[in-house]
Amino acid sequence: MSLSGLFLCTFLITHMAGNMQLLINDGGLAFNQYAYDMTHSPIIKTVSYLLYFSILLHAVQGLVLAYANRGARKSRYASGNKSSSFASRNMGILGSILLLFIVVHMKSFWFEMHWGTIGNDANGMRDLYSVVVAAFSQWWYVLFYIVSLAALAFHLLHGVQSAFQTVGVNHSKYTPIIKAVGSIFAIAVPALFAIQPLYILFKTLQ
Amino acid sequence: MKLNLKIWRQKGPKSEGKIVDYTVDHVDEDMSFLEMLDVLNQDLIVKGEDPVAFDHDCREGICGMCSMVINGRPHGPWERTTTCQLHMRAFKDGETVFIEPFRANAFPVLKDLAVDRSSFDRIIQAGGYISVNTGNAVDANSIPIDKETADTAFDAATCIGCGACVAACKNASAMLFTSAKVAHLNMLPQGEPERAKRTVQMVAQMDKEGFGACTNTGACEAECPKGISITNIARMNREYFKATITGSK
Ligand code: HEM
Ligand code: FES
Repeated sequence: MSLSGLFLCTFLITHMAGNMQLLINDGGLAFNQYAYDMTHSPIIKTVSYLLYFSILLHAVQGLVLAYANRGARKSRYASGNKSSSFASRNMGILGSILLLFIVVHMKSFWFEMHWGTIGNDANGMRDLYSVVVAAFSQWWYVLFYIVSLAALAFHLLHGVQSAFQTVGVNHSKYTPIIKAVGSIFAIAVPALFAIQPLYILFKTLQ
Repeated sequence: MKLNLKIWRQKGPKSEGKIVDYTVDHVDEDMSFLEMLDVLNQDLIVKGEDPVAFDHDCREGICGMCSMVINGRPHGPWERTTTCQLHMRAFKDGETVFIEPFRANAFPVLKDLAVDRSSFDRIIQAGGYISVNTGNAVDANSIPIDKETADTAFDAATCIGCGACVAACKNASAMLFTSAKVAHLNMLPQGEPERAKRTVQMVAQMDKEGFGACTNTGACEAECPKGISITNIARMNREYFKATITGSK
């Protein structure tokens, strides 16, 4: 759980940084070149298989864990207990939103890039940029993104520091730092991701 | 003052339970929560009704028997306080108070608020001991232990095994209890010979008893009447990792 989760976090950073090329005003040439490179590098290919595997493992383990843990208390309290954070109590639900998001997201871009009919840009690259712009010019699609990114933020608010605790890293000097950096990460990464669809939506609205 | 109580009543381990409403009058704010229940039970006995069963023993915050969940919180609203040390000034006149047993599959209800916590005893039996030679008692300070280690081990040892951690945890996990016992014994030289075996066996027994798995929500630490820290859980995770990597089984 913790190792797959932290691996997914490292993926988030690179994915978010790479996609920032969507903000370049060149009609998507840089982004399309990047998308081409990412689908044609043997190293990225290998890492991507590890990534697919990690997502599946993480989701299956997480859902099995959440289900089993629910079963450890068959009779419920009449008066609810709130002595833990909202995120920590709802990791299974937040994760399920992320899973739904990942499926929709991969259908929209990953599937289209690999098997869809896409035109070429000025450089003769597959024009994924136009597919992205078409998707992000629909307000409801952008809204779905924002909701999912909010779920991601909550998932990570609990998840990042939790992963360190799971692998046994808890220290009076370093844990406060881990918690602070983890919270900044949990908010900054989804926020930076959110800029991309919002930027494109507002650009197409003009 | 007067209180409206909503108390879980259950005749026996196999019967269905339900919340029953009671009102209790003449509650003094200097009474402890258990004394308030004594007053209620006296009323019930006079009326010829079955008194509410609840566990208690020392009534001074050290035995860990007084298990109950008050308004959704194990041992009630005060931090680092057992039910027997909780005073009625924590409540307002006319307030409605929910009183339920600790709920977990591994803590089956015996009657009303009394639950069977012998699963904790079996976790202790699985490894919560040290080997000592028989004969004269050894001089207390014959093995030098540095102050910081002694203090940290002692902090873990202050766990009274009440089960509030399990009751508070959304997963009904016993990791805080088990890790406190593992930390207490594994940190000291006296616990060294059984160190790896203790960790693996106590964790195995904990799982066997049907407690849930830890997801680091921290509710246990927040509700622990003795302030046991979840650093012990991280420590047990390390100990467990080491023990399973280096162990023969
Ligand atoms: C970008 C995607 C994701 C990232 C970066 C991520 C990250 C993390 C991290 C770091 C943890 C903490 C691990 C630990 O405490 O040991 C975690 C826990 C968890 N994740 Fe994810 N996750 C992602 C997607 C998902 C998905 C798709 C699901 C399920 C459908 C999921 C379900 C869970 C569950 C149930 C836990 C919970 C354990 C708990 O309650 O603490 N996650 N995740
Ligand atoms: S009765 Fe002993 S701790 Fe409360």
